[in-house]
Amino acid sequence: MSSIRELLILLISSSLVSNVVLSQFLGLCPFLGVSKKIKTAAGMGTAVIFVITIASAVAGLIYKFILQRFGLEYLQTIVFILVIAALVQFVEMFMKKAIPSLYRALGVYLPLITTNCAVLGVAITNVQKEYDVVTGIVNGFGTAVGFTVAIVILAGIRERIEYNDIPNAWKGMPIVLVTAGLMAIAFCGFSGLL
Amino acid sequence: MNESWERLYNGLVKENPTFVLMLGMCPTLAVTTSAVNGLGMGLTTAAVLALSNLLISLLRNVIPNRVRIPAFIVIIASFVTVVQLLLQAYIPTLNAALGVYIPLIVVNCIILGRAESYAYSNPPIPSLFDGVGMGLGFTIALTCIGAVREFLGTGYAFGVKVTPDSFTPIGLFVLAPGAFFVLALLTAVQNYVKAKGAKKGKDTSKIQSGCNHDCLNCGDSACSTRFYDEEEERDKG
Repeated sequence: MSSIRELLILLISSSLVSNVVLSQFLGLCPFLGVSKKIKTAAGMGTAVIFVITIASAVAGLIYKFILQRFGLEYLQTIVFILVIAALVQFVEMFMKKAIPSLYRALGVYLPLITTNCAVLGVAITNVQKEYDVVTGIVNGFGTAVGFTVAIVILAGIRERIEYNDIPNAWKGMPIVLVTAGLMAIAFCGFSGLL
Repeated sequence: MNESWERLYNGLVKENPTFVLMLGMCPTLAVTTSAVNGLGMGLTTAAVLALSNLLISLLRNVIPNRVRIPAFIVIIASFVTVVQLLLQAYIPTLNAALGVYIPLIVVNCIILGRAESYAYSNPPIPSLFDGVGMGLGFTIALTCIGAVREFLGTGYAFGVKVTPDSFTPIGLFVLAPGAFFVLALLTAVQNYVKAKGAKKGKDTSKIQSGCNHDCLNCGDSACSTRFYDEEEERDKG
């Protein structure tokens, strides 16, 4: 079991220093696709925090108590992707029934997350770095917070870019990617933090 | 045989997954820090793609339509696991360099996209060649991007120093921001070619950026962006 101090450091490093989108390139599709408006970007970010935190907890428990116990570690990729897909469906149904207000706010984004590679990426990273369940959850939460920070900032910049005069060939995706590149340079500055 | 050549050509040039369809961007950006890494990732993905296309095509009359996406995912994940174990055993250096991106081949939209749009509705041999063509197209694209980044960022090509000592490498290009800039340039060139082709009256509908245009080619079962855009339109109206 790691100390609180170690967990805090992990939280900062997973959210800012090795940002999931800007330095690991996971979850690029929603990062580029759902970042036109701050409001929707924030919604997507919240849904990702929700799903990744739960998914890393479930994947961690399954790995420890089922796969490791029976020596089935090599099945991790297959098991994790199926568990995540089922989990997202289940969370959606549960939310619809039990917490309708939360479902109205996040429901739209849940199906989009199933194929988001950040979720699977976190689950596999947790296993590869041999984190225990609690550390894994903290890592998942930090990663998702990093995703949210990045997508909200990008959405804010994109709202401004909308009115700029851009050369024809660079309109749309290219200018968004340049923006993401500049953000990545800015996030490199965090590497001196720890 | 003609059909097989047509599939190979289609994957390599006409519908190149990286340069034309712009699919599978996560591994494209993440592992192309050097030409060798790009080549390794490309070939690994190509192997999984060819095998999963073949098996899905063989099983296309057995898999019920309603559960096809989970079935595809299980097949793809199994092949990824096999390939990962082989890499761990025989090329551990490549396995270490690619790290978490090997298991993440499962969620590469090119593979699910080809299963959905080609292998599930075509016979095994063309499907195999479709997979090989797409895989090699992806490999060539990744190797090229990797070579450009390696050359600009370190002054090396395939691990051999090719520039004189007076050349100062632009280290940024092997870091994360460089990947975004290279891809930005690539999409800008693509936009330019598309606009030029459209002016001449050519069909440019296949050229796209990311999975936000053609759900079938994307294979994203939830059809993320389109789904979202419709929702937004309804909110407005």
